[in-house]
Amino acid sequence: MALVRAHVLVCTGTGCVSSGSRKVIAKFEEELRANALDKEVKVVETGCQGFCEQGPLVIIYPEGTFYTHVQEADVTEIVSEHLIKGRIVNRLLFKEPLTAQSVPDYAEIDFYKKQHRLVLKNCGHINPDSLEEYIAADGYEGLAKVLLTMTPEQVVEEMKKTGLRGRGGGGFPTGMKWGFCQKSPGPKKYIICNADEGDPGAFMDRSLLEGDPHAILEGMIIGAYAIGADEGYIYCRAEYPLAIKRLKQAIAQAEEAGLLGNNILGTDFSCTLHIKEGAGAFVCGEETALMASIEGKRGMPRPRPPFPAVKGLWGKPSNINNVETFANVPYIFRVGAEEYAKLGTEKSKGTKVFALTGKINNTGLAEVPMGITMREIIFDIGGGIIGGKKFKAVQIGGPSGGCIPEQLLDTAIDYDSLIAAGAMMGSGGLVVMDEDTCMVDVAKFFLNFTQAESCGKCTPCREGTKRMLEMLEKITDGRGEDGDIEKLEKLASSIKAGALCALGQTAPNPILSTLRYFRDEYEAHIKEKRCPAGACQHLLSYKITEACKGCGLCAKNCPVDAISGEPKKQYVIDPAKCIKCGACLTKCPFKAIVRG
Amino acid sequence: MAIKSLEDLRKIKAESKKQTEARKLNDRQIIIGMGTCGIAAGARAVMTAVLEELAKRNIHDVAVLQTGCIGMCQKEPLLDIVRPGEDRVTYGPVSPTDVPRIIADHLINGVVVEDLVVAKIPSKEA
Repeated sequence: MALVRAHVLVCTGTGCVSSGSRKVIAKFEEELRANALDKEVKVVETGCQGFCEQGPLVIIYPEGTFYTHVQEADVTEIVSEHLIKGRIVNRLLFKEPLTAQSVPDYAEIDFYKKQHRLVLKNCGHINPDSLEEYIAADGYEGLAKVLLTMTPEQVVEEMKKTGLRGRGGGGFPTGMKWGFCQKSPGPKKYIICNADEGDPGAFMDRSLLEGDPHAILEGMIIGAYAIGADEGYIYCRAEYPLAIKRLKQAIAQAEEAGLLGNNILGTDFSCTLHIKEGAGAFVCGEETALMASIEGKRGMPRPRPPFPAVKGLWGKPSNINNVETFANVPYIFRVGAEEYAKLGTEKSKGTKVFALTGKINNTGLAEVPMGITMREIIFDIGGGIIGGKKFKAVQIGGPSGGCIPEQLLDTAIDYDSLIAAGAMMGSGGLVVMDEDTCMVDVAKFFLNFTQAESCGKCTPCREGTKRMLEMLEKITDGRGEDGDIEKLEKLASSIKAGALCALGQTAPNPILSTLRYFRDEYEAHIKEKRCPAGACQHLLSYKITEACKGCGLCAKNCPVDAISGEPKKQYVIDPAKCIKCGACLTKCPFKAIVRG
Repeated sequence: MAIKSLEDLRKIKAESKKQTEARKLNDRQIIIGMGTCGIAAGARAVMTAVLEELAKRNIHDVAVLQTGCIGMCQKEPLLDIVRPGEDRVTYGPVSPTDVPRIIADHLINGVVVEDLVVAKIPSKEA
């Protein structure tokens, strides 16, 4: 037997698989065999490395060389150059968007260097299908400490000391939640993991489940011990097939190893975990609707109280936490509450994983300490705006959240500062928007989402979101009237006060926060029938200027024959026929067509 | 694999850690010249001998790296040993049979194998 000298880590998160990482793996294995290197170089499938836009990603250790956009055809060169001769394949290295410099070392890339990875530490670094690799990375140490040295009361107290707040959106202190459920009387209790991630632009939970499934299990077992549960459910949406596959595998491994089931680690404590696949309703991320769905009922929220800690799944006391919350737990009990609480702000401790999407150079997952500014996340880690355009706003917290404008970019981010700014942490999806984004259109997009996902149980949400959406459509279509903004505001406050669950209560947030910071855009749509960002099609018009050389390319590309003219003379657009698709503008070689 | 106690967990952890040691750049390094000249002179066989010797001795916390031609082709195959805080030593020409001696004397015990030395590069830390 020879020593394995190099590891080739290939990302098999959903993002990289869809850009072709399975083929890359097969090719690596083939090439290594052909060069008789298969005994000394090992190919390792990892979970999401968080930099999905650059995928398929390959990291070669021990050097830690980071290759991006690796295709099947690149593999032969990597093997013959890097793995045989030790020469880095420069053309596949990551280039910093701001400096255009190639960076060979994984740890030196701005995107990773400026993060603080506690929860994502194992993602992209270990094989999620291997229990051994999780254990090698200190896995199940926290569980051992809890089960062998602490009472459930001590676990809850320790949790309270960390100051950890729920990562699913609301930000309720996890230690207090565990405490309520622990004090609830009854021999049968449940621990539940909410993995029904559904916010547009959020994918941190999926990446955690795919990249480090054992961490979620360990967090849940510790939680079960603390509250006195012997059974638990992971409610994961069926649209995450890879996450479900890896969770199933992890549960089977943990059961076989005696980390789940009866007498865990030789103690009296027993716990079993099940997976429940959600059918894809957004409202099932609401805790009471989620539990109804596990019970086989229609996924609809019910009024609280009674809270789940008193009367939850099957009427028994239950504790429900989000994936990322559970992923924090093993680390907390390994290093202790004091160490954990050193990170973050006074009222928001630890780190938060943000999913960066939209008009940003580095799309991916960024884990940062609470209290960092939005500017640092977007410009230092995210590499700034695509094409050097101007930043306009960032949408945080999904359909329940709001937009943060440029003047608030330097605010330290935590649960409370975001609420004060009219947004919320939510699950941490960040959608970055540039100067070409219309804020009324953004509000319309989110209302369209909540309106479609409203379960229909309560009137304010069912009817209210529908009416708000209609008003927004009216405004973006150029039919807005004086008084529409006031009507929107009045309806929004009624929905906030009257809706049954948090989804309805927060549904007006995208409108309210865009109104708060971008009221002038609403007014321009209504009073001037103009979209300042040039995004609302009905309010646009295209004109051909004198720069036209009469080449006729625009007329050829117009799908509705709205452009006419004679060669070498200025062409004209017939506004009655024009559908404002913009095809002529992109095709004109002389930039003679303008949008106004 | 059954984990019934903390000792079981620690045992599996120690064993598993060896399998993931290559996923970081260890301080102790063996660097082999893998330019065309090195490969022609038999560097691949030296590499195999290094990996087998390390496996035999159950040493995992050593990074085995390759480098290109440094211009001393007549002394290939070249092999460097790096120990933190000490001079980097280049050996050559190295045959597979020299490998166990270099690993045992120098890498493990810190005694330079003088008869095979080509050059010594002062450590940056020293």
